[in-house]
Amino acid sequence: MLYLSLVLVFILSYSFYFYGKKRALSLKFKKNENLSSLPDYYGYYVVLLVFFPAIIIWFFLLLFKSNFQEMFVMSPVLFPDVATWSTGKFGLIMNKISNLSMIVNLSEIDLTVGDKSILKMASESEIIAAKNLANFDKIYGWSNLTLFIILPVLLGFLATKSISGKLNAQPIVEKIISYVIKGSSYIAIFITFGIFFSLVFEAINFFRYVNFMDFFFNTAWNPNRAFVINASEGFDQEALKEAFGFVPLLTGTLLIASVAMLVAVPLGLLTAIYLAEYASSKVRDIAKPIIEILAGIPTVVYGFFAALSLAPFIKDVGEGVGLPVSAESALAAGLAMGVMIIPFVSSLSDDVIKAVPQSLREGSYAIGATKSETIKKVILPAALAGIMGSFLLAISRAIGETMIVVMAASLRANLTFNPLEPATTITTQIVTSLIGDVEFDNPKTLVAFALGLTLFVMTLILNIAAITIVKKYREKYE
Amino acid sequence: MSSLEKRLAAEKRFKFYGMFAMTLSLFFVLILMYKIFSTGSGAFVRTTINADVYFDPNFIEVSSNSSKKEIMKASYVDLADQVINQNHSGLDEENFIKVREMYTRKFDYQLRDYIANNPNVIGKTVNLDISASSDLDQIVKGNYPRNVPEAQRKINDYQLSILDSLDSKGKMSKTFNFWFFTNGDSRDPETAGILGALMGSFYALLICFSFAFPIGLLASVYLEEFVKPGKITDIIEVNINNLAAVPSIVYGLLGLGMLIGVFGMPYQVPLVGGLVLGFMTLPTIIIASRASLRGVPPSIREGALAVGATKMQTVFHHVIPLSLPGTLTGTIIGMAQALGETAPLLLIGMVAFVMEIPGGAFDPATGLPSQIYLWSESAERGFLEKTSAGIMLLLSFLIIMNTVAVLVRRKLEVKW
Repeated sequence: MLYLSLVLVFILSYSFYFYGKKRALSLKFKKNENLSSLPDYYGYYVVLLVFFPAIIIWFFLLLFKSNFQEMFVMSPVLFPDVATWSTGKFGLIMNKISNLSMIVNLSEIDLTVGDKSILKMASESEIIAAKNLANFDKIYGWSNLTLFIILPVLLGFLATKSISGKLNAQPIVEKIISYVIKGSSYIAIFITFGIFFSLVFEAINFFRYVNFMDFFFNTAWNPNRAFVINASEGFDQEALKEAFGFVPLLTGTLLIASVAMLVAVPLGLLTAIYLAEYASSKVRDIAKPIIEILAGIPTVVYGFFAALSLAPFIKDVGEGVGLPVSAESALAAGLAMGVMIIPFVSSLSDDVIKAVPQSLREGSYAIGATKSETIKKVILPAALAGIMGSFLLAISRAIGETMIVVMAASLRANLTFNPLEPATTITTQIVTSLIGDVEFDNPKTLVAFALGLTLFVMTLILNIAAITIVKKYREKYE
Repeated sequence: MSSLEKRLAAEKRFKFYGMFAMTLSLFFVLILMYKIFSTGSGAFVRTTINADVYFDPNFIEVSSNSSKKEIMKASYVDLADQVINQNHSGLDEENFIKVREMYTRKFDYQLRDYIANNPNVIGKTVNLDISASSDLDQIVKGNYPRNVPEAQRKINDYQLSILDSLDSKGKMSKTFNFWFFTNGDSRDPETAGILGALMGSFYALLICFSFAFPIGLLASVYLEEFVKPGKITDIIEVNINNLAAVPSIVYGLLGLGMLIGVFGMPYQVPLVGGLVLGFMTLPTIIIASRASLRGVPPSIREGALAVGATKMQTVFHHVIPLSLPGTLTGTIIGMAQALGETAPLLLIGMVAFVMEIPGGAFDPATGLPSQIYLWSESAERGFLEKTSAGIMLLLSFLIIMNTVAVLVRRKLEVKW
């Protein structure tokens, strides 16, 4: 129904274009009034005045549907003391009612024995609330539909009524559109603010439980200790001292990222050099898109590959030469991540290498240098800033990568620099702490936001560093 | 060796390194594809056991006059047991359980669906292909080894002997596994399908597109055409570039903390997933669209302005239509990225076990990549196959989307 009413908003506002235009034309030809704008603009004028209020209200109703539902079901008429309930009790009753709502409208024969006993246990007002809940979608949908017939039509007629020859529609229309355009570009800023504030607020909540210094400098990571925490009863800060130590996550992240960079940097850079300087155009045309495919493969695929094939393979090889290798070794995750980053490094470096002007190469050849000498002594130094920038971006990518490490790396924190041992990462811990339950009053959940904030800041610094290096040290050629 | 020879040898070596690196990178693509295809292709085929099914009225609670609703509600477990007894004579209780395990656990559902479609069949005997259980399926496909001690096999010796006798009578066959494309998720690999996840991803992408495309287009128009360079535009510019490089998991935290935590939107629905993916795609679209707007030559704008068009008319009548192919290409590529993105879906809860196929953006759902993740976590060999098949489907969607993007660019782009 909500979607139908959206369609209605579109159709109705579009049809008012013709109505507004017709009104303007009749003013001109039947009443001989001079129009200040082209007739089209009167149409647009009406459309905008109908569409924007309606669409804003539509979004409002869409976003707050669950709030309306709660208000409708948990009305003070049915539950007089609802305002005094705690959130826990409220959720419990709401849950009960939503279970009831699935059976409350069934006929007698469709009820199982369990259903009947549930119905018997429920109070009168709960049954009514459940019936309300069962009907809510229908009621909400129909009232929406009616609203979005009446509202656009009303607005449309009012707007059309206000059309006269003196009304200069064009500047008004252009003004409205310019505000809309401006608003759209500010949304990017809002998203950044949204990210920042949602991370910071929850992170601050987390640091109410755990000392700032303990978090960043402790070397033990045992988030399960926070299970004993009950927010309402107070908590023992000492117990949390050893629970959330960030250091092993950082070393794990850096370990896996370095393995990835060890794979991706030589392979990516050499591939870029070969493609840009040596390969014939035929080879380029085939090889480049295939390597780009690597970049387009979703990371969940790499993760699956790493966990399914790479990790057992590495384990077998390690055992073959007598090395103890963990089944969740940092090496497997790092290798898969390295393969993922190859095209990233190679395509960025490829662009930079190609941007080096041809005259530099020719100058080098002219004094007798071979191709490889030219590349090593002329082209790479000239492209160094850009290549460094692409490495930094690749590191930032590796640090923020989630799926590969969630699937192939370990969950257990391990302070080690040995790639054959298991290691965990920041992103893995964010995911594990948030899968399953979303209670915002437990440090075990909240730590995800503190980790997210750290990750956000880390990648931000790397990105800004990459951009600055490229800007500052780029060789400029005429 | 003279110094020239040395230098030429170094030259050759260097060229070889480059070629080796490129070949290795290509080799990785091949291995990955080979691995996925070789494990995944099995999921499109299902092993079936041919059986004569007598729809015995004594074991069916409903009659051919019953309404469809009654037929769907009734239990057919007894009928399924009866069919097995008829097709395998002389089973004692222990052996019956072993034989029952060879058929799919959802045997009764398969019978129910058949009766629902053909109510007149009650009282008659029909020859049907019944789906085998996943373990039997894996044995037949050769994914489980047969020649290992019984204790290490999921299919025991008795079941193997039954299998061989069925096989010799020509009762075992393979059919195309439609269920993979028409079912939602299931606890049993043989009946698990991808449609639920597909629809979840579809709704999420729909929301993502309707959020990110209009806003991305308008924002880039503002930044390229209307605004004079200044402090605020610099801030927006830096902002957009940084947003493009923020790890996707951080967007998931935004969705969880902001949309679900503050705005109270429901957990695990495509609406929230789509919005989060939209936030993520927005910078990609803005960057592509701005590049495309910059590609429209100034002479077009000057020509329009010269004949008296306002700035707004110039932009909307001339510049945007000419830049649209580039914007669309960027949008499709951005959507392809969004389709493969898993981490944000994990955080907003689109990784639960959902059997029903979602009917809208408000129903609990998984997405295509998160379904792949879910299956990959499962230990059963049957789900391994499903995981790879899911990846094949996901990759083919990505290839289609990227091809469309290339075609759009080639067909519609205007060269100046």
